[in-house]
Amino acid sequence: MTDPVLLQATADLFPNGIARYAVGGLFVGLGAAVIYLGTGISAGASTFLESTLSYVSGRARFQRYVRSRDWRLVFTLGIILGAGVYAVAFQGGAWLTDVQPWRLLVGGVFVGIGTRVGKGCTSGHGVCGVGSASKTSIAGVITFILVAILTAQLVAALGVSP
Amino acid sequence: MAGARDGEGRHPLFMPLVLVGGLVFGFGLAYSHMARPEVVLNFLQFEDFGLVFVMFGGAAVTGVTFFLAPRLLDRAPLTGDSFERRLKSFDRNVLVGGAIFGAGWGLSGICPGAAYASLGVGNVTILWALAGMFVGAYLQGYWRSRTADADLAATSAD
Repeated sequence: MTDPVLLQATADLFPNGIARYAVGGLFVGLGAAVIYLGTGISAGASTFLESTLSYVSGRARFQRYVRSRDWRLVFTLGIILGAGVYAVAFQGGAWLTDVQPWRLLVGGVFVGIGTRVGKGCTSGHGVCGVGSASKTSIAGVITFILVAILTAQLVAALGVSP
Repeated sequence: MAGARDGEGRHPLFMPLVLVGGLVFGFGLAYSHMARPEVVLNFLQFEDFGLVFVMFGGAAVTGVTFFLAPRLLDRAPLTGDSFERRLKSFDRNVLVGGAIFGAGWGLSGICPGAAYASLGVGNVTILWALAGMFVGAYLQGYWRSRTADADLAATSAD
């Protein structure tokens, strides 16, 4: 453990350490586990987009989520509030991104299309699906991570930052 | 499908539990810094591999839960539903949708759950991404509703 080469390699791969990531990940899993244990529901974050659209659009594609739209709204509200608790307790106030709005907007459109066509996002496929050892989810996760790496590297190579 | 999870006559603790689960989930997303697009972009650009610990940390907890729950309990106490793993059918959509999602994630550095959490840490700029996500979700719904209509009418394939 005190091998300097190994320590340097770890510092290169994890310049901010691993504690915040591992602890945060455990909480994410715990949140999903609490809901699953009580209700049997594998919670995912992206269905909220379509279930909430059912309030304003009569399209069949959204109306199929009418019965779950209220608790999905509560789940999302909980996510916002939980992150707010972190902001108050650890962050000392609001934090703002420097990533350019056009990247967020255009990227968001692709995220909205892709997560719904692909049957899940980082929480549904990544946390609940992988936790279920679902081959579909593992295929989905590998696909979106590889394409995301290619996209981010390409955008960085084109000189867009941040 | 028409279990107590969706309908009326829900257990009085159903909504409070979903709220608490969401709180813990959102706290974790903020604590892990996934609510910051910069940190996700640093992972995708191979500058900080911490995200791996978030996803596998989360999946380890759900994995143990999904394994133990059906062995310890007959049914979920608040809905009476049986415990099932999250298994979705595999088809071309998983790969096509995954690739589209990946392109968006790589461009913006944000995914849906992290976007909600980002709003919670005070990052109002993330409303651009949330607006985009709703537009994207609407577009695919509009589009697939039309495709379904076209299939029903047995018109030319396009």
